[in-house]
Amino acid sequence: MIQISLNGELQREDDNCTLADALVHWQTQGLIGKQYAVAINGEFIPRSLYGQKILHNADLVDVVQPIGGG
Amino acid sequence: MSPPETQLTLYGETFDSRLLLGTALYNSPQLMRDAITASRTQIVTLGLRRQNPASGDGAVIWRFIQDSGCRLLPNTAGCKTVKEAVTLAHMSRELFNTDWIKLEVIGDEYNLQPDPFGLVEAARILTEDGFKVFPYSTDDLILNQRLMDVGCQVLMPWGAPIGTGQGLLNRYNLNTLRQRLQVPLIIDAGLGAPSQAAEAMEMGFDAVLLNTAVARAGNPVLMAKAFADGIDAGHNAYLAGLMQSRQTASPSTPVIGQPFWHQSTPQ
Repeated sequence: MIQISLNGELQREDDNCTLADALVHWQTQGLIGKQYAVAINGEFIPRSLYGQKILHNADLVDVVQPIGGG
Repeated sequence: MSPPETQLTLYGETFDSRLLLGTALYNSPQLMRDAITASRTQIVTLGLRRQNPASGDGAVIWRFIQDSGCRLLPNTAGCKTVKEAVTLAHMSRELFNTDWIKLEVIGDEYNLQPDPFGLVEAARILTEDGFKVFPYSTDDLILNQRLMDVGCQVLMPWGAPIGTGQGLLNRYNLNTLRQRLQVPLIIDAGLGAPSQAAEAMEMGFDAVLLNTAVARAGNPVLMAKAFADGIDAGHNAYLAGLMQSRQTASPSTPVIGQPFWHQSTPQ
């Protein structure tokens, strides 16, 4: 197992888990919604790369959603 | 559709409204939706934050914004470094499917003043990446010239610090920007009253971006309309050409033919 940070909260995922797998997992758990964009360790991850991106231990994952803004 | 001289053109797109409205701080998503309608805006700003599905408001706000049909101008609010702003801009482009970005790189926590050095660097990187950058800047001439140098075709100087409602704090600098820079200039932030927005438009600014003054009004929907009317009035006044102010009074009613004036007493 690896331990990563999802929006500042610790999460455990399987070794060699892809970002795509983790996003499905987090959606099932109600941790993220349907509209989102992702950065890992401060780097933007395009949607086209979700299936190739392997999560590593201690990764910092930010999943963001639209909000009102000025 | 408005006649061409009253239309706003930003990065090749034209708009009838000269009010850009923020979508934060409303007491409810419904109030935000109704304020958008009352403002007659065609461009709304919005942001990105970490997912919080437990708060249902986010999804409702997003649905209302989509239903409004407005052009989206996502922001990088809260970013303090070039890297943060660039990353958030890329996330926005993917999620909102737009290359427009309201670029904020904040340099000071107290007055939320833009970091001019980070702002120019982030604007350069994003422009090279194909973004159409709307930089939130101060009223400093050189900063705004540098932003143009790196490819910004629209500039958004502050009237006053965000959320203060203090109006146009430095008219000299703002007038200088208007006189020297031949790109669309949008007063972004610091306005608290429709009269202040009207004054900005009378000075020749192309548009106004607001949020707090509407969202925190006692009646946000009515205030949205008041700002829209003020902006229209100010822009029409600019097009009409204001008279020169002067020190000495001058009668508006003709003096010639004035009865009882220099009358001779009959002998």
